[in-house]
Amino acid sequence: MITLDHAYLVVGLMFLAFSILTLMDREHPTRVRSALFWGLIAASMLVGTWIGDLGNGILVLGLVALAGVRKLGIARPATTSPDEREDRAVRYGNWLFVPALIVPLVAVGGTLAAKNTPFGAWLISDVQTTLIALGLGCVIALAVAWAWLRPPITAPFQEGRRLVDSIGWAVLLPQMLASLGAVFLMSDVGGVVGDLIASTVPLTTPLIAVVAYCVGMAAFTVIMGNAFAAFPVMTAAIGLPILIHQFDGNVAIVCAIGMLAGFCGTLMTPMAANFNVVPANLLELPDRDSPLNGVIRAQIPTALVMLGINMVLMYALAFRF
Amino acid sequence: MWVLLGVGVLVLGFVLRMNPLVVIVISALVTGLMAALAPGVGPAALWAAAVSTLEAFGKAFNDSRYFHITWVILPLIGLLEREGLKERARIVISRAQAATAGRLMLVYLFLRQATSALGLTSLGGHPQMVRPLLAPMAEGAAEREGPITERARMRIRSMSAATDNIGLFFGEDIFIAIGSIVLMVGFLEQAGIIVEPLQLSVWAIPTAIAAFLVHGARLLMFDRTLERGPPEAKAAATSETEAAQ
Repeated sequence: MITLDHAYLVVGLMFLAFSILTLMDREHPTRVRSALFWGLIAASMLVGTWIGDLGNGILVLGLVALAGVRKLGIARPATTSPDEREDRAVRYGNWLFVPALIVPLVAVGGTLAAKNTPFGAWLISDVQTTLIALGLGCVIALAVAWAWLRPPITAPFQEGRRLVDSIGWAVLLPQMLASLGAVFLMSDVGGVVGDLIASTVPLTTPLIAVVAYCVGMAAFTVIMGNAFAAFPVMTAAIGLPILIHQFDGNVAIVCAIGMLAGFCGTLMTPMAANFNVVPANLLELPDRDSPLNGVIRAQIPTALVMLGINMVLMYALAFRF
Repeated sequence: MWVLLGVGVLVLGFVLRMNPLVVIVISALVTGLMAALAPGVGPAALWAAAVSTLEAFGKAFNDSRYFHITWVILPLIGLLEREGLKERARIVISRAQAATAGRLMLVYLFLRQATSALGLTSLGGHPQMVRPLLAPMAEGAAEREGPITERARMRIRSMSAATDNIGLFFGEDIFIAIGSIVLMVGFLEQAGIIVEPLQLSVWAIPTAIAAFLVHGARLLMFDRTLERGPPEAKAAATSETEAAQ
């Protein structure tokens, strides 16, 4: 059976390849520091289970020291020229899209098979099934592309290194935020925030409570970069005691729309790195290091209008059904 | 009350534009120390609190390694780019007659929302679809009408990424097995309220329709706002728009 451990092995070996190729790249602007950074991520994936909690904590400090204090450089490995790419685009035609489509097909097909067929359930673990199937899809697609295109043996990892360098420290942000959430949970930050809001905002009418809950979801999401972190805090503070218990609002409507109000916050914050910073880096936007980069500026109008619409919808629906 | 200092650190780091990784680690340590802080607590106990905070952080970090599985796609995308994937996308769109950048993104928005609602969130995404396909296709569509300025090119790229995010966020909650739905069901169960995932996902539909109308309308207006002109005129065009503002 394919489990998370197998997936971690594949991810770890990939980052190890990035690390070694970076170390061999004499023209890399931050050769040793980048090689150590990708090497430590590889170590986390390969041996993280055996180094203990404190060992993992020290590993995190190492990663942050390597990438957080000064910027990591971007590799420019030898690759095909623009003319060669134009030629190959004509030669290979639309078949070039096929390997890219294998990934979602295997991811979705594998997930469905694991849930609905005995063979699928035997093949793929039921913990994080979709992610495992996604990783499997990537490996299969890469094998197909490799066999078909016959590139130099290191080419996929040289090209992958180019892409991962352009993402940089942001590869760690979701994982770091999830870990910070665990520390917040341990220290009951959510409970304290809830008490504070409940005692300072006069939540006397359903309308005020709806606005406070939705704006609070969006604002806390902007700070945390993740609506998942805001939901338990704001729902414990306003959603459950005021909207649901005191004003008798519909549980499903309050929670579902409250979460979507949080998503409006996700659209407006650089803390949501994988949605707002990673694409700015991947697309090489000139303002990618600015807190309000082009992606976030493009999203703010839609996000603000949708926040207003979510409040209207919650107010109109939650007390009627 | 003092544990809120950790949230304060996040806000401050955000305002000062410090690297978020550094800010997160400081915030975690401050939170752990403040939770342990009480009258009569000595340096030794505070040191112990800092170590146990680092341990908790390390444990959670190790438990959430699964985020990295999505990066396994990078060698594949890199290899396909090496063999002309982006150039191919441009060729495809340059043959399509009806497409403009805005209309192309409108079609993408619809497909992204519809597939996310079916649980197919991995069909899109920035490394998979936006960088290799959507952004080059949208740029190609805009260029068919004549040259565009560098600023317009960056606005097209930004809007491509924005459209992917908006389609995902306001589509995925319609699917019953997505993370946010699971989180809500689990949280409410802890609070003693039993809710079926389907009840939650049904009430994501009104917002999803509204999001399609709002962002779709912006996309249809987007083409008209693109600055036309040779890319060489980048500096002049930028200073003109700044003067106009």
